[in-house]
Amino acid sequence: MVDFLTSVLAVRGCRIRLMRGGAGSPLVVLHGASGANVLPFMQQLAQKFDVIAPEHPGFGESDTPDWLDNIHDLAYFYLDVLDELKLKDVNLVGLSFGGWIATELAVRNTQRLASLTLCGAAGLYLAGVEQLDPFLRSDEQRLRDFFYDQKKADDIIARALRPELEDVTLKNRTTVAKIAWQPRGHDPNLPKWLHRIDVPTLLIWGDHDRMFPKEHALAYQKAIPGAKVVIVPECGHVPQIEKPDVFVAALETFLGARKKAA
Amino acid sequence: MKFFNFHLMPYAHVDLDAIAKNGSAWVTFSNSHYDPEKGAELYHDYLDQMEFADQLGFDGVCLNEHHQTAYGMMPIPGVLAGALARSVKHAKIAILGRALPLQNNPLNIAEEYAMLDNLTRGRIIAGFVRGIGAEYHATGINPANSQERFAEAHDLIVRAWTEPGPFSYSGKHYQFRYVNPWPRPYQTPHPPIWIPSQGSSSTIRWAAKMRYTYCQTLSPIAAVAKFFQLYRDEADKAGYQASPNQLAWSNTIYVGETDKKAVKEAKPHLEALVNYLLKMPTEMLLPPGYTDTASMKRVRAVKVTGKTASIEDLIASGVVIIGSPETVREKLAEYQDLAGFNTSLTKTQFGTMPNEMARANMTAIAEEILPHFRERLPQRAAKAAAE
Repeated sequence: MVDFLTSVLAVRGCRIRLMRGGAGSPLVVLHGASGANVLPFMQQLAQKFDVIAPEHPGFGESDTPDWLDNIHDLAYFYLDVLDELKLKDVNLVGLSFGGWIATELAVRNTQRLASLTLCGAAGLYLAGVEQLDPFLRSDEQRLRDFFYDQKKADDIIARALRPELEDVTLKNRTTVAKIAWQPRGHDPNLPKWLHRIDVPTLLIWGDHDRMFPKEHALAYQKAIPGAKVVIVPECGHVPQIEKPDVFVAALETFLGARKKAA
Repeated sequence: MKFFNFHLMPYAHVDLDAIAKNGSAWVTFSNSHYDPEKGAELYHDYLDQMEFADQLGFDGVCLNEHHQTAYGMMPIPGVLAGALARSVKHAKIAILGRALPLQNNPLNIAEEYAMLDNLTRGRIIAGFVRGIGAEYHATGINPANSQERFAEAHDLIVRAWTEPGPFSYSGKHYQFRYVNPWPRPYQTPHPPIWIPSQGSSSTIRWAAKMRYTYCQTLSPIAAVAKFFQLYRDEADKAGYQASPNQLAWSNTIYVGETDKKAVKEAKPHLEALVNYLLKMPTEMLLPPGYTDTASMKRVRAVKVTGKTASIEDLIASGVVIIGSPETVREKLAEYQDLAGFNTSLTKTQFGTMPNEMARANMTAIAEEILPHFRERLPQRAAKAAAE
């Protein structure tokens, strides 16, 4: 077990919670709509990487700044965070909602990035591809929707739906709504600029993702030069939780191959 | 007391089992359940009822705005207010209200109310609401911006009514190079603004401060009394004494020959309203950001939307008044004194109630109730005024 240290990082007056563990080249994880946690896949990655996991503005213990209105605000904020931490050659990993932030960041500026990995990422709208609407699901249904294997959903539900977490859940949901309500989980302008992503890109997607089905991975692959796709079988929206070994192996293979090539 | 005939204009022919199966009559309840022939008939029946209310001597008629639902067929209430503007001759026409945040151009609302105010030569009451949570699903407007948009749209509309145009406006949510709506309102400085709410304390405080008439929606009378007291307290703080005319209670009244008969007749229609047409899951009623965390938690905890209510429950808690003429008079007087309001916004048709039954109810209310309350003021308020 690698110890993750939690600290508070202030960037231009906005204080966020930062979890960090391990050593190696920097790997920044941008969490999904459900919130920030140190999860087993991060423990595994911390064996080889300096894993840095910020909690987004508007989530959990982080501030909700007045300027937070849309996904672009978060993209620019995280460019500021990378500057503030003086990180170089960052492997940026974006999960779901965090994948959308990571993509918006990467179309703006990849100077501090070595690679980009998206997993079940939001950001695109594909006509004819059905998506569940997380805003019309109960708290429990919403967590069930993440999983292919419902037994794994049971564990998460038991952990996540405790009454003492209700304040954080409501805070997180409000921020997600503020940013992703309309247009629902996507930015119509994003597809115009995906060609600007000029770092090696990996797309890890659950074969049975019902939130952002795998067609989204294929659409990202088509638009981002040289992007690779790994589809995880028997897996829903959260491969990093449902199939952490497969997720970590795919990510390490991608990052290892990239290292060798360099 | 003033009486307004408040119509929700429900799609009364709706298949209640289909609503139950879908879990709600809102947003996701397919419009394939709407039959235009039956719907057209209902619109005319309902508009006829509003005209009838005018002839019976009601002081006003009320419309409201809801989207994508069998609960009410009034996504654009101005259309119906327009239809009534020339046929309702004496009564006021209140839209309670237009949902300001749902509009991307709030000046349309300023224009619509101003047109209606001119058409009716000053008989329009302009209700402003945020819309319930479901409207944010139906329109795509971001619920997390709802309160900010309401505040901004309200300020813009009032300025558009009262400041000579053109002027420019730039807010966070709305920007206009030219604000110069024609026509201007008929009433000076503008139509009365009424604020319906489910009882949010911040809304009550604001309405009291602005001296806007506050309308309490469907609630037990004890809660209504508490909300109205808060309004009076806030008015005191703002340095004036609130008049009972500033407080309106939105209720449901049904008058039958006897208590027993009234309950029996009203039961299926009222229960269709509360247990089918009103029902929706919490996540539909309360999208994230729609209200503050404390209120959100309170509503989530009681799971209000899941409960089934019987007509007996609703009578006992004073959400509705149903009974013989004597019972209705007695209860209404008791509630008026308890809560201190002087306007009754009364649903005379509700749920699946057919036309003839609604008209009979309206007649009974006009004959048996109205005359007894014309000059009646809340006793407590009258006492307080005398002191």
